[in-house]
Amino acid sequence: MDFTFSREHQLLRRTIREFVEREVVPRATEIDENEEVPFDVLKKAAKMGLFGMPFPREYGGAGAGEIGYCILAEEMSRGCASTMATIGAHIGIGAMAIYLDGTPAQKEKYLKPLARGEKIAAFGLTEPQAGSDAASIRTRAVRDGDSWVLNGSKIWITNGGFADIFSIFAVTDPALGARGGVTAFIVEKGYPGFKVGSLEEKMGIRGSSTAELIFEDCRVPHENVLGQFGAGFVTALKTLDMGRITLGAAGLGGAQALLDLCVEYAATREAFGGAIAQKQAIQWMIADMATEIEALRSLVYRTAWMVDTHQDVTTQAAMCKVFGSEVQARAVEKAVQLFGGLGYMRGHPAERAFRDARICEIFEGTNEINRVVIATNVLRKVGVRISA
Amino acid sequence: MDFAFSEEQEMFRDMVRDFAQKEVLPLAETLDREERPPLETVRKAAALDMLGIPFPEKYGGMDMGAVTYTILIEELAKVCASTASTIGISVGVGMMAIYLAGTEEQKQRFLPRLISEGGLAAFALTEPDAGSDAASIRTTAVKDGDAYVLNGSKIWITNADVAQVMTVFAVTDPAAGAKGISAFLVEQGTPGMTIGWRDKKMGMRGVSTCAVFFDNCRVPAANLLGGREGAGFGAALKTLDFGRMSVAASCLGLAQGCVEASVAFARDRQQFGGPIAMKGAIQAFIADMATQVESLRYLVYHTAWLVDSGKEYGWEASTAKLWGSQVATFCANKAVQVHGGMGYMKRFPIERIYRDAKILPIWEGTSEIQRFLIASKLFKEAGVKIAP
Repeated sequence: MDFTFSREHQLLRRTIREFVEREVVPRATEIDENEEVPFDVLKKAAKMGLFGMPFPREYGGAGAGEIGYCILAEEMSRGCASTMATIGAHIGIGAMAIYLDGTPAQKEKYLKPLARGEKIAAFGLTEPQAGSDAASIRTRAVRDGDSWVLNGSKIWITNGGFADIFSIFAVTDPALGARGGVTAFIVEKGYPGFKVGSLEEKMGIRGSSTAELIFEDCRVPHENVLGQFGAGFVTALKTLDMGRITLGAAGLGGAQALLDLCVEYAATREAFGGAIAQKQAIQWMIADMATEIEALRSLVYRTAWMVDTHQDVTTQAAMCKVFGSEVQARAVEKAVQLFGGLGYMRGHPAERAFRDARICEIFEGTNEINRVVIATNVLRKVGVRISA
Repeated sequence: MDFAFSEEQEMFRDMVRDFAQKEVLPLAETLDREERPPLETVRKAAALDMLGIPFPEKYGGMDMGAVTYTILIEELAKVCASTASTIGISVGVGMMAIYLAGTEEQKQRFLPRLISEGGLAAFALTEPDAGSDAASIRTTAVKDGDAYVLNGSKIWITNADVAQVMTVFAVTDPAAGAKGISAFLVEQGTPGMTIGWRDKKMGMRGVSTCAVFFDNCRVPAANLLGGREGAGFGAALKTLDFGRMSVAASCLGLAQGCVEASVAFARDRQQFGGPIAMKGAIQAFIADMATQVESLRYLVYHTAWLVDSGKEYGWEASTAKLWGSQVATFCANKAVQVHGGMGYMKRFPIERIYRDAKILPIWEGTSEIQRFLIASKLFKEAGVKIAP
């Protein structure tokens, strides 16, 4: 047993923290206010090699493992949730699907430029009628000679508006459904018949692009079938496991950043003749935030360690997602309260965090569906099979 | 970073689990009903070398460290919180005070005997007017020749009537406040010390707690803990750090026991034509319980690992104790709900566990004191000293 981060990981954290302080924090308010995808920040992050964090060096990655990737997510999330959502969708699900199930040729062609940050990835699963019930997607793929013809549409696809490479899930056999009837495809931006539809305006993470994707007789070459034919739903679930761990790490960073701000503020804000830190009501908020954050930290890095040591993490990943988003939700609630009127004003980090955090209980599988995932796995151990 | 237990620790866990099933579980209901401590179990645990786990070999210990000790308490608490607490208070607080603050001669005189004979130790700090505000104790100790004369009373002292030795805190210099408190090793049967009736409690009824009265009780000067006056409060705080980690370990075990019982019950209980495990509400209960337990597990083991690495761990112990008691009471409450009427009946262990859990946010430092300690360190780092 050893809870120490390796020297490399400690160095990585320092480097990313400095980058976030210097390049991300000063931009966060504008990114939010202007609903602006932070291309300048992304370019710099790519240049630093952050976009290939968890992937092996042979694919242009940093080889820092899941622990390294969680460090990135935690630190990035301290600075700007929109930037984190963008990077998370790129690395954690878009590129991750290709890394987990792509052929050597696909990894060579797609993962390498993604890991180097030359191209941006997105993950297209959700549809208007298929949210938590992802197995009910309707986008159809039909074989035609050497290619597949895709028809249908996806919604709420993070990075959708500007990504270059998409992991898209479509039905190849309606009779089989999720069990053998869904296949994943790698779709490039310029493929004929593929276009970006409307962009969403959101409550928070406003600097992340959330787009509709439209497929009208979009032709995808057969060699772009991602993973086993018919096993697309498995690819999606495996990928989402990884995305959920990242969300735990992002929740950790978001909550920790607010705690730090709250401690600093309570130590300096005077009321009734002294620092508000002297009030037990304030001390309680701080103590509860810190305690939950400490519990979350142990859960996230333990799960990341399980990934790096090749253990099954489906249950723990869902726990990271649920607990991470809820610890963060409680932290932002307390932070706005602790800052009082200030925390309600636009431009204040607590105001933005309050809006940014809300999505984490919804996307990457709602917390309700993640609870089903957790319960399913816990109950399976005693011989019960449940379905959503 | 390595979250894995060593092979030795895994083997130890198997051994304790086996012991818990054979020796502890069958007695749990009896202890609760008869309101008596499990002295026979303590002797059996001693025969299996379980009582000397965290102490060095030169004091008759096993030198297996705090992580292994945590495994012991977790596994015992999973089946009987009273047994875990009787042993936890004796080893983790009573004996720990001697180990952390005693002179070499005191350690040699008391520890090997307690460890090998299955003797119990107690820790007497709390008084009617000194609970959370422990520095305000009134019991006095006055030097008289080669002895100290103790006068005053203690309440709620775990193991008081069954302990071989008790660490008693008393004021030797009333003008010096907390720095005027000293600790004494008082052996059972010392004239002038009277043990009161066992307290009748809501839960933890297998833990003996009593009042202790000192009426001109002469304690040899050789039994002044650490051989120094005024060092008592420091010794108490150091010991309580370990004690809090120990309570957090019993919280973990108790909560895990609730998850396991609820999962089995949800599988077997049939309503509306199927197991209640199929209901979303029950699944959400189980998911929340399992997630909280998982978030607690490595918070506790991280603290234990800090102990074994010779690092500071007081703050982490407070977070583990605070979160642990919240997780344990949450899980016990949900377990009653999953069991419905059965959870309210004495035929099922859940009824006892629910009562047992209620003490966890209160003893060994209330949750309110933990929150103060947690906030106080963070504010200290921000340059503000807060008072309780």
